[in-house]
Amino acid sequence: MESIWLIPLLPGIGAAINGLVGIRFFGKRLAGVLASFMMGWALWLSFWAFVELLGTEERFHQVTVASWIPPIPLDTVDGVGSFTVDWSFTLDPLSAMMALIVTGIGFLIHIYSIGYIEHEPRGGVARFFCYLNLFCFFMLTLVLGSNFLVMFVGWEGVGLCSYLLIGYWYHKQSASDAGKKAFIVNRIGDWGFVLGVFLVFFTFGTLDFRAVAEAASQMPVETAAVGFGVISAICLLLFIGATGKSAQIPLYVWLPDAMEGPTPVSALIHAATMVTAGVYMVCRNAVLFTHAPMVMEIVAVIGVLTALVAATIGLVQTDIKRVLAYSTVSQLGYMFLATGVGAFGAAAFHLMTHAFFKALLFLGSGAVIHGMNEEQDMRRMGGLRQYMPITALTMAIGAVAIAGIPPLSGFFSKDEILFRTFLHHGVFVPDRVLWGLGVVTAMLTAFYMFRLINMTFFGAYRGPAWGHGAEEPGHDDAGHGDDHGAGHGHAWHGPHEASRWMTIPLVVLAVGAFFAGFVGVPIAFEAVWPWTATIEHFLHPSFVAQGAHAVEEAHHMSLLGEFGLMGLSVLVALGGIWFAYRNYVERPEAAERLAESLAGPHRVLTNKYYVDELYDATVVRGTMGSAGGLWTVDQRVVDGAVNGTGWTTIAASWVSHILDKYVVDGLVNLTAWICGEASYVFRRAQTGLIQNYAFVTLLGVFAFVTWFLVAR
Amino acid sequence: MSNDSSLLSLILFTPLVGALVLLFVPKRQEDAIRWIANVFVFIGFLVSLPLWFRYDSANPEFQFVERLPWIPSIGAEYFLGVDGFSVLLILLTTLMGVIAVLSSWTAITMRVKEYYIFLLTLQTGMLGAFVSLDFLLFFLFWEVMLVPMYFLIGIWGSDNRLYSAIKFFLFTLVGSVVMLLGILAVYFYNYSVTGVYTFDVTQFHQLDIPFDMQWWIFLAFFLGFAVKVPMFPFHTWLPDAHTDAPTAGSVILAAVLLKMGTYGFIRFSLPILPEATIAFVPLVAGLSIIGIVYGALVAMAQRDWKRLVAYSSVSHMGMVMLGMFALTPVGITGSIVQQLNHGISTGALFLIVGIVYERRHTRLISEYGGLSKIMPVYAAVFLIMTMSSIGLPTLNGFIGEILILQGVFVVQKTWAFFAASGIVLGAAYMLWLYQRTMFGTVTNPKNENLPDLSMREFVTFAPLLLLAVWIGLYPKPFLDRLETSVDKVMMRVDSDYTPRFAAVMDVDAPAGAAGSPAAIAANGAARAGGLDETPAEAVAVTRVVAVNDDPGGPGMIEMPVRGGGRRIAAGN
Repeated sequence: MESIWLIPLLPGIGAAINGLVGIRFFGKRLAGVLASFMMGWALWLSFWAFVELLGTEERFHQVTVASWIPPIPLDTVDGVGSFTVDWSFTLDPLSAMMALIVTGIGFLIHIYSIGYIEHEPRGGVARFFCYLNLFCFFMLTLVLGSNFLVMFVGWEGVGLCSYLLIGYWYHKQSASDAGKKAFIVNRIGDWGFVLGVFLVFFTFGTLDFRAVAEAASQMPVETAAVGFGVISAICLLLFIGATGKSAQIPLYVWLPDAMEGPTPVSALIHAATMVTAGVYMVCRNAVLFTHAPMVMEIVAVIGVLTALVAATIGLVQTDIKRVLAYSTVSQLGYMFLATGVGAFGAAAFHLMTHAFFKALLFLGSGAVIHGMNEEQDMRRMGGLRQYMPITALTMAIGAVAIAGIPPLSGFFSKDEILFRTFLHHGVFVPDRVLWGLGVVTAMLTAFYMFRLINMTFFGAYRGPAWGHGAEEPGHDDAGHGDDHGAGHGHAWHGPHEASRWMTIPLVVLAVGAFFAGFVGVPIAFEAVWPWTATIEHFLHPSFVAQGAHAVEEAHHMSLLGEFGLMGLSVLVALGGIWFAYRNYVERPEAAERLAESLAGPHRVLTNKYYVDELYDATVVRGTMGSAGGLWTVDQRVVDGAVNGTGWTTIAASWVSHILDKYVVDGLVNLTAWICGEASYVFRRAQTGLIQNYAFVTLLGVFAFVTWFLVAR
Repeated sequence: MSNDSSLLSLILFTPLVGALVLLFVPKRQEDAIRWIANVFVFIGFLVSLPLWFRYDSANPEFQFVERLPWIPSIGAEYFLGVDGFSVLLILLTTLMGVIAVLSSWTAITMRVKEYYIFLLTLQTGMLGAFVSLDFLLFFLFWEVMLVPMYFLIGIWGSDNRLYSAIKFFLFTLVGSVVMLLGILAVYFYNYSVTGVYTFDVTQFHQLDIPFDMQWWIFLAFFLGFAVKVPMFPFHTWLPDAHTDAPTAGSVILAAVLLKMGTYGFIRFSLPILPEATIAFVPLVAGLSIIGIVYGALVAMAQRDWKRLVAYSSVSHMGMVMLGMFALTPVGITGSIVQQLNHGISTGALFLIVGIVYERRHTRLISEYGGLSKIMPVYAAVFLIMTMSSIGLPTLNGFIGEILILQGVFVVQKTWAFFAASGIVLGAAYMLWLYQRTMFGTVTNPKNENLPDLSMREFVTFAPLLLLAVWIGLYPKPFLDRLETSVDKVMMRVDSDYTPRFAAVMDVDAPAGAAGSPAAIAANGAARAGGLDETPAEAVAVTRVVAVNDDPGGPGMIEMPVRGGGRRIAAGN
């Protein structure tokens, strides 16, 4: 456990090697294997750290590597405090679980990527693995960091990697647009997050999660009666950050666009790990949030609305990855719903199962896209199960899991969330409303997911024909040679199963998606399954303040009621699956007729409620417009004043010049002229004749002598 | 200390010696001129390195002090010394000097000799302003550096260079003339109190100028420094000067020259005029926040790559000013760190523009696009510097921004609220710039064969990249060097402030007799009244300093002057 700081560092080293040396010198395989090896190593360390953690009584271990910002005095609410931040990392149940998810799923996706990315040029492959490793470095920093700022390092860092990986094919305008959008939208969230962090320091005098939790647990719970206090403000600001990172209303718009990135990226970053950072952050600050029930209510409402809205959009998307993207947004909404009703354990549980089945679904879609020669539109797929059986089977497992059919993982985690929502008593929202919306979303989820499965793997093949038809389709094309060229070119031999680099991770994830739920079996099954709610017991210490040994609340209702709820959600899910089957397998034309008969709503949904257009018309245009306007102001008014001063000075100097020339100098010249004129008189005397001068001299002498004599 | 006794002079005059040597090199020997300039500026950097290692960050006094009479009749001295602020800024200056000179190797082909002479002279001018502890000497250097910069823009600049050069010169000159009046006011006030004519800044730091007078002097200083920073609305010379200056000129301008303004505030305005500073906080903070948002928005509207970076400077310098005028130790520390960061990242961004300008002779963003493909190393460097500029954690910009905003937040939450929006806008304009220039496909055939960074060009970036990561990951060595200097300023502007070094100082030592640090500490402690002294004692010590209560009175006035605590009889 002492070396948990190595867990993030290893992929960091991998990124450095690939970035500095690999892009220039490494072969494709070497770059991929190196990056995967680093992830494998990190997984190994995470696993042993996890085991060690289980062996300790305290279930908490903090390692400080170095001082980051040394102490500087700064005022807080309680007088002068000291602003200081350490590079320190924490292992507790929550971070240990997250580290396992990130390294585990990350390792599998690295392996998968070796197969996925092999058609890229050599330097591009190393660049890809450099970014991927760098992402894992930041994600693990986010997860293991023991204070707000170290978490923020990871928080922003994963945003950077997301930006780079979405824009991996930077020559595509849409890809670089999507990357930029992701970064900027996230930054809007980060604005809230940093303000929240500042307020945390100002209130508690520390940024350490544990210390903050302890201090907060001493403060009163800010119920509606107490009022909206400082903890509520902190939580609201932090939640703004979470809506950015975890793609919730109103900042979810970047995630669907992020599908421009390579599919392994979508699986790792935009499904399994990075987008769950917001949920993780809320869980990490569970003590704060439980002290702000009003904000919790906001979180739950935002969560369930996002889940519902995204699911409805997912109903009509035809791009296979976009369906999954909206599904991710929707499932993240579930997680926030769980945190909002105080079920942090359930949120983390769903986070974990979701990581399995959503990574699986994305990687499966990547295998499909790969096998279909970069085709993403499901309308041009169909019947692919015969060409790619492993992908079809594993994706089906993923779909069953997300739909919530027992005993697959999604059932347990989603049911736990719905159950806890059912029991929840809100502050403003009437009871059961959130739960009702959650159930509706569950049905939509099952529908759109099986719509995807049906459109892709069942029915008739609707895709393009392929040349060189001599080759038998469905072969296991394990070794795409470089002669295929990027995107196979015209040498595409029809849909085919992916290489083993890609199918093995699919199988592993499918096993995970199948069985992961058994760590969180509801307590209702106590009689038949003795290990109930294991994960929630395990995680519980992370959600309460240290020292405040709060007893875990028992969430019970009658067994009949509990099983009734379970049965209801299973029924709802089956209903969704049935509806999808009826419309997309049994009678494929039914779906189109349905779309035609509901043309208006259908158009709204395919256009994603016009939210992007709305933002574009208001925020984007507003900003750009004010930018342009201010620039004009800068040139005309501010600089205009400067130039105006300049011109005024020049004009004044010209006036002075005139004044000087005609008035001031005029006076001088006038004097001169007067003198000149006056001198005219005297000039007459200047004759130059010596006799005249002698005469005048004589006259003078005469006059003087006369005066002298007379005066005496 | 004997070895250190002339270190500052050595740092100060090495570039000037280089310039003098260049005078004697024949004009035609262009390569020899380049080599000589590079060697001298590099030696200049090397001789400044001892400052980093030998500066004692636990010692609140000015260090490496040199003091000689200069114009005895008016009390002006050749008085040099450094504290934490100036140490870091001097190192930044010498490093950026090396980079600027090296980056000019192929960019300047006309009047090479004059160019390097001006560049080296400029270097001495800037260093002089940072090392001077005599206000008149500071002012001399302040004015001196205008001249070479004026010529650098006016001769080696682009398009509209004469307009820009003259604008730059006049703008700064107007500010500094007013500032000179302020300096003289302090000078004569000091005389009226002590009876000694001196421009000694450390002496000015002890003055208690009446508030009305402080107010006017602050305004005078403010004009001089705010133009240089530049603060909204005095910023319009900057985009013009930056855009039209040669690359090295822009780099120096952004990295060092702008810091003159902020340095002026922290060295003179805050400690000499603490009460007026507090009174002006709302104005300065308001202008700073406007600058942050306004600069960022206007940057977004630019079509000229270099002008965009120039406007981003306005935004970043607004952040620096806001942090300083939060008047909290975290804010001021962040402000200084952010000055370094701005020097590093904006300096690098100007170099980055310069690289493609040299190859394509255009700065229009629309002329570029898809350069990532052609110049991958360049694109990587640009990416890192973009991230540094927008404050990505693990890089330097983040440390500065987070300290500033945290320091501001505890003072006034709404300021932080608005200022933090700069981080969103900053990301927007920088990423958009990056997308427009680096991403996409190469549409302009002229860009197809652009060479990637040469070894020499990469070497100009290497130290900046290294510093960006160093400050981002482990800023402690930088922050440690600022500690005592920040505390000294804080003690002036906040009477309740307990300095961090107070713990190690003997606060009971009689003020004055024990030399300035103790005097300052005791002064601060007395103002604080928060240490273990009784209030009565605190008042007594305060009386010693608050000489203006009885300016005409006879007798001895305790004068804690640095350099040994002399006693000066008033009226002598």
